[in-house]
Amino acid sequence: MNITLNGEIKTVHDNITVLGLLELLQIQHQRVAVELNESIVKKDNYGSTAIKNGDILEVVSFMGGGTV
Amino acid sequence: MIDDKLVIAGIEFQSRLWVGTGKYKDFAETKKAIEASGTDVVTVSVRRVNIIDKSKENLLDYIDPKKYKILPNTAGCYTAKDAIRTAMLAAEAGITKLVKLEVIGDDKTLFPDNEATLEAAKVLVKEGLIVLPYMSDDPIMAKKLVDLGCPAVMPLAAPIGSGLGIRNPYNIRIIMETVKVPIIVDAGVGTASDVAFAMELGCDAVLLNTAIAGAKDPIAMAEAMKYGVLGGRLAYKAGRIPRKLYATASSPIEGMIGS
Repeated sequence: MNITLNGEIKTVHDNITVLGLLELLQIQHQRVAVELNESIVKKDNYGSTAIKNGDILEVVSFMGGGTV
Repeated sequence: MIDDKLVIAGIEFQSRLWVGTGKYKDFAETKKAIEASGTDVVTVSVRRVNIIDKSKENLLDYIDPKKYKILPNTAGCYTAKDAIRTAMLAAEAGITKLVKLEVIGDDKTLFPDNEATLEAAKVLVKEGLIVLPYMSDDPIMAKKLVDLGCPAVMPLAAPIGSGLGIRNPYNIRIIMETVKVPIIVDAGVGTASDVAFAMELGCDAVLLNTAIAGAKDPIAMAEAMKYGVLGGRLAYKAGRIPRKLYATASSPIEGMIGS
C-alpha cells in the first residue's frame, strides 16, 4: 500500500502500525512526534495505531532554528 | 545576582540570555556558542525527520535536554493552524510544554500576524501548553495575550535578523507597565550593547540567534552577549542616574589650590 510520509509517497507493507513504520525507518521514537492525517498519535498508541492505504503521516523532530 | 532568577509558569531560568540554534556552521559550533553564552535556554524548530538520510546527526545529541531547557518554536508558520499543529507536535515529542509561538505575517518583514497569534495562543493555552508568544511591540497585543493566559510575552526589538536593536524603547516601556509578566525581547538585536540596552530598560530576558550565529566569530560574540545581559541587568537593578543637560562636577570644589 502507499502512504504519504513527510510529503513523499512511500510503499509499505499492509497491516503496519506507526511503531512498525518507525522501526522500519530506524527512527528513534523517543524524540519524535507523529501526526496521522493531521491528528497527533500519542506515543503510547504507536503500537496500536494501524496505518491504512492513502494515509498521510508527518514525523517531526527538533532541529536547529531561532526565529523563522 | 544570586536572588535574581527569572521564573515563568513556575519554571526557574538561570540565564536571562536565551539563544537560538539556527544558522550555525555545524552542531559543534552551535554547542560551543551555546556554552560560551552561558545560557540555559535554547530554542529549536520543529521539522520533518530526514527519512532518506537517517545518518544525519540530531541536534539533541549535542544539546543535552537535561542541561538546557528546550524551547520549541513554531518558526516558519504563517497560519494559526500550522502554528497550532507544530506546537502540539513539539509538546508531544515529550520534552517540554513550553513553546515559543510565532505566526509570521509576511516574509519580507517577518513581522508577526497578531490576529493569528492570538487565535493560536488561545487554543494552545487551552491545550495546557506554556505559550510564550512572539509579537510586535504593541502594548494592547501584550495585554490580550496575557489575558488569554500567556505567562510571558516576547515583543520584537526590530525585524528578525535585522540587527537594528530596540527600535521603539518607549513601546517596550509601555508594555512593561501594561502587563505584569516577564518581557522577553525577541529578535532584531545586533550586538552586546543592544542586549545591554534591553536589560537596562527593565526587560526580563533577551532571545537572539542571528546576532551570534552571523557574527564573524560566533563563539566570541556569544560570550560578549553574556556580559551584555549581565551588565545591563546589573545596571537596571543598580538604578541609573538621571539624564541632565548640564555638567555636574564629580570632584570636590573645596581645597582647590589658589582659592
